[in-house]
Amino acid sequence: MAGSTARSFLQVAATEEVASPLRVVQIEGLVILKIIKHCKEFSPALVTGQLLGLDVGSVLEVTNCFPFPIREEDEEIEADGANYQLEMMRCLREVNVDNNTVGWYQSTILGSYQTVELIETFMNYQENIRRCVCIIYDPSRSNQGVLALKALKLSDSFMELYRANNFTGEKLREKNLSWVDIFEEIPIKVSNSALISAFMTELESDTPVTQCDYDRLQLSTNPYMERNMEFLIECMDDLSVEQQKFQYYYRNLSRQQSQQQTWLQKRRAENLARKAAGEEPLPEEDPSNPIFKPIPEPSRLESFLITNQISNYCNQINGVAGQSFNRLYLMKALHDK
Amino acid sequence: MAASEHTVLQFNAPSTKSLSAKVHPLVIFNICDCYVRRPDQAERVIGTLLGSVLPDGTVDIRNSYAVPHTESSDQVALDIEYHHNMLASHQKVNPKEVIVGWYSTGLGVTGGSALIHDFYSREVPNPVHLTVDTGFRNGEGNIKAYISVNLALGDRQLAAQFQEIPLDLRMVEAERVGFEILKTTAVDKLPNDLEGMEVTMERLLTLIDDVYKHVDDVVEGRMAADNSIGRFIADTVASLPKLSPPAFDKLVNDSMQDQLLVLYLSSMARTQLGLAEKLNTAAQIL
Repeated sequence: MAGSTARSFLQVAATEEVASPLRVVQIEGLVILKIIKHCKEFSPALVTGQLLGLDVGSVLEVTNCFPFPIREEDEEIEADGANYQLEMMRCLREVNVDNNTVGWYQSTILGSYQTVELIETFMNYQENIRRCVCIIYDPSRSNQGVLALKALKLSDSFMELYRANNFTGEKLREKNLSWVDIFEEIPIKVSNSALISAFMTELESDTPVTQCDYDRLQLSTNPYMERNMEFLIECMDDLSVEQQKFQYYYRNLSRQQSQQQTWLQKRRAENLARKAAGEEPLPEEDPSNPIFKPIPEPSRLESFLITNQISNYCNQINGVAGQSFNRLYLMKALHDK
Repeated sequence: MAASEHTVLQFNAPSTKSLSAKVHPLVIFNICDCYVRRPDQAERVIGTLLGSVLPDGTVDIRNSYAVPHTESSDQVALDIEYHHNMLASHQKVNPKEVIVGWYSTGLGVTGGSALIHDFYSREVPNPVHLTVDTGFRNGEGNIKAYISVNLALGDRQLAAQFQEIPLDLRMVEAERVGFEILKTTAVDKLPNDLEGMEVTMERLLTLIDDVYKHVDDVVEGRMAADNSIGRFIADTVASLPKLSPPAFDKLVNDSMQDQLLVLYLSSMARTQLGLAEKLNTAAQIL
């Protein structure tokens, strides 16, 4: 203890810099309801909003949020959007709402959120705030009685690579980064104030069956499954296009290498001849020759993202299929009775 | 009204008799949150209610925001500029939500309420006044909705009377999220697909057990038969489609096979991904 009190303020400030990793996102029930309301009302259009809250050690508390108006491709309106954001923050501060930005939320269709735009937005936020989180809500899954809420962040090693904009195979291997490591899912905790807890206990209806149960026992999940498969197949096509890009690249690369080899052999033979004739040997490299120009390696980012999406669809399909099996056996048992 | 030539006391009843209101759970959450975050000296919080009037005359209250105000014994000062700014911001996001009334915390209608209600009457005809008793003064959290009825003597306005209207507090939206999450102060983990299913199945099972018990009790004469309950049970049993066992088996097996096939495909895709990943790293090492 004596040692810690003896530390100077500067030392304390310096140690404070090393932030503990973000472990849990704690969301208020209010925020969940707000997000759901906003996303549902505009579904199937995709909407976004800002999350407000506090950053407390390894917990990020999300205590409020506000929706963004649907964006339009117009300079003037864009400036308007920035004004709206400032105005909203100012107004909320006046009624004592935490006005630190901690990230944003967005809706998605069937969990297809792994896009370059999301990464770009995340990097933008990350520049301004140290801790940032993105909450994803999927209205289509929620119709099945699942609270499809996810908190995501980009992993630190990925962000470093993204800043350097370097997605060559060599770099990725150096960092030991695979597609699984792009997004990190952070566990969500829900908290409510005691007052809300009291009201909700009061308002809870006595019926043992809720809307959520009805949704879960719906037997027709086929449309959902079908769309999931469609998306999966689309992704597979995209992935094969990406693969072709790489094949093309490798073919070009090997052709270039063989060209270089033949050129080098020729040059060596020439040099031997010149040596025999007592002349100065020519350099073994010639940067002006087009066959020595390095072929740019295609970025692996796109294929990583697609892979991520595919694995996400697979997970969803597994989840829904699991539920359907339950329902089918349940129905069978009921019918047998 | 023919009687208006004479000086009589008039209760101007609102045009729609069957006026009622419906509240989105978000509004309650928002009000509670604002109350928890109210300024030091403030007794209560007030704010604007947004929503729409449904075709059948029900006022659907879907959103709200707090408006700062100061209150002394006989006057109320509302930050009207703030109110208008916030309204404009909300309209940008959802133009369909308009002002439908205002809310205040506390039990029932208080003195200053008439003044504020007057202000909102100028913003929208027939505003709804929602009160939420955050103090739990009667030992329960009363949530009530009122509309104002004008008391007039001849052409002179005498007073405004607040009349309670029925309020629908069934919250389908909250049920969708699940009361388990909303009513406790801390939830460590959101339930995933199968856990939720398990809870639902358990509930269904207890319901079926209840029905069994009830029927057994009635049959053995332990309980008086209730015709309406009996009819409900009969309806429920009849709602199961009558299928011959082979047809039913075929139905179940077909969908089971469909699911299995899809599951197989998705597992294949995943295996492919794993393989591709391994091959990629191997290619890089070479």
